[in-house]
Amino acid sequence: MRRQRARGLLALPALGGLGALLAWGFSGLSPFGHFHGFYGQLLNAIALPQRHTTNTVAAVTFDYRGIDTLGEEFILFTAVIGVVLLLRKAGRATPRDVAQDVVSSQASRYFGVIGAGLVLLVGLWLAAFGYVTPGGGFQGGVVIASGIAVVFLACGYRAWLRVSNEEVLDPLEGTGAGGFVALGLAALIAGAPFLHNLFGPGKAGTLFSGGSIAIANWAVALEVAAANLVLYAEFLEQYVMTLVRDTGDE
Amino acid sequence: MIATLVPLEAPLLVLAALAATGVAFALSPLRQIIVNGLYGLLLVILFVVFQAPDVALSMLVVTTVAYPLIVLVAIRRTRK
Repeated sequence: MRRQRARGLLALPALGGLGALLAWGFSGLSPFGHFHGFYGQLLNAIALPQRHTTNTVAAVTFDYRGIDTLGEEFILFTAVIGVVLLLRKAGRATPRDVAQDVVSSQASRYFGVIGAGLVLLVGLWLAAFGYVTPGGGFQGGVVIASGIAVVFLACGYRAWLRVSNEEVLDPLEGTGAGGFVALGLAALIAGAPFLHNLFGPGKAGTLFSGGSIAIANWAVALEVAAANLVLYAEFLEQYVMTLVRDTGDE
Repeated sequence: MIATLVPLEAPLLVLAALAATGVAFALSPLRQIIVNGLYGLLLVILFVVFQAPDVALSMLVVTTVAYPLIVLVAIRRTRK
């Protein structure tokens, strides 16, 4: 108890300093709705005429700043590889582990299945219209993966195994990450700079707009959805392995 | 529409700050993740009020499904 108190006292000066810095920083911000950043206003002005993307954020992340997004993709990719390497070493679930996980509530089954479908649909919509309306490949991918994770919550581990086959997910994740690189290389082969937007801008406000942005958007959606599903698969396998351990050997 | 939403900003910011403090002071990881869900939902409403619907939608799913799932599994796995 005394050590905890000492720790709390030690943290106070640092917290005070951080708080003062934050207060100082935030007090200098322009009021909500009055943004004064030069690049933001520039992009707002040129993204629609240049790329025909009504969601400027997508034009920034998949085109003007595409190389950053490529780096972020590979941060996620590497992080997932790290988790897989660590957790697969901790052993695999046996059929006896799988049999332990049963969902007993009919209500959670019914509502869960409806919920999974709804979340999946929202995810697909966020990804598909990412460069037209608010959303994007990353957000859509996260939502798609979570929609599929609801299958585990509603129907248990046996049903989850059917929708999270790692022999399908691993290549999908690689295809998503590699697709973005391939898009960049395609521009190089065409004689343009890496990740240059190769295709015509199309018609603003439709799915046929933004040129290469649409392809990059789907590559990211695929990578993020598969990466999240691989993460869930690894963590949930760890979970079912505790079930036998906790109920003892029967 | 916007004019009616603006008065929500201040109380929501205060509530979010309270919930965030609650997360930090929750006694066990299990309680922490439940309070964190509440905090996340407050952030979702805050994002809607600040007109960022895409961030709100992603946050909604991450804070209610993805994050608790991973943390709950980790808590169970590491429990002695």
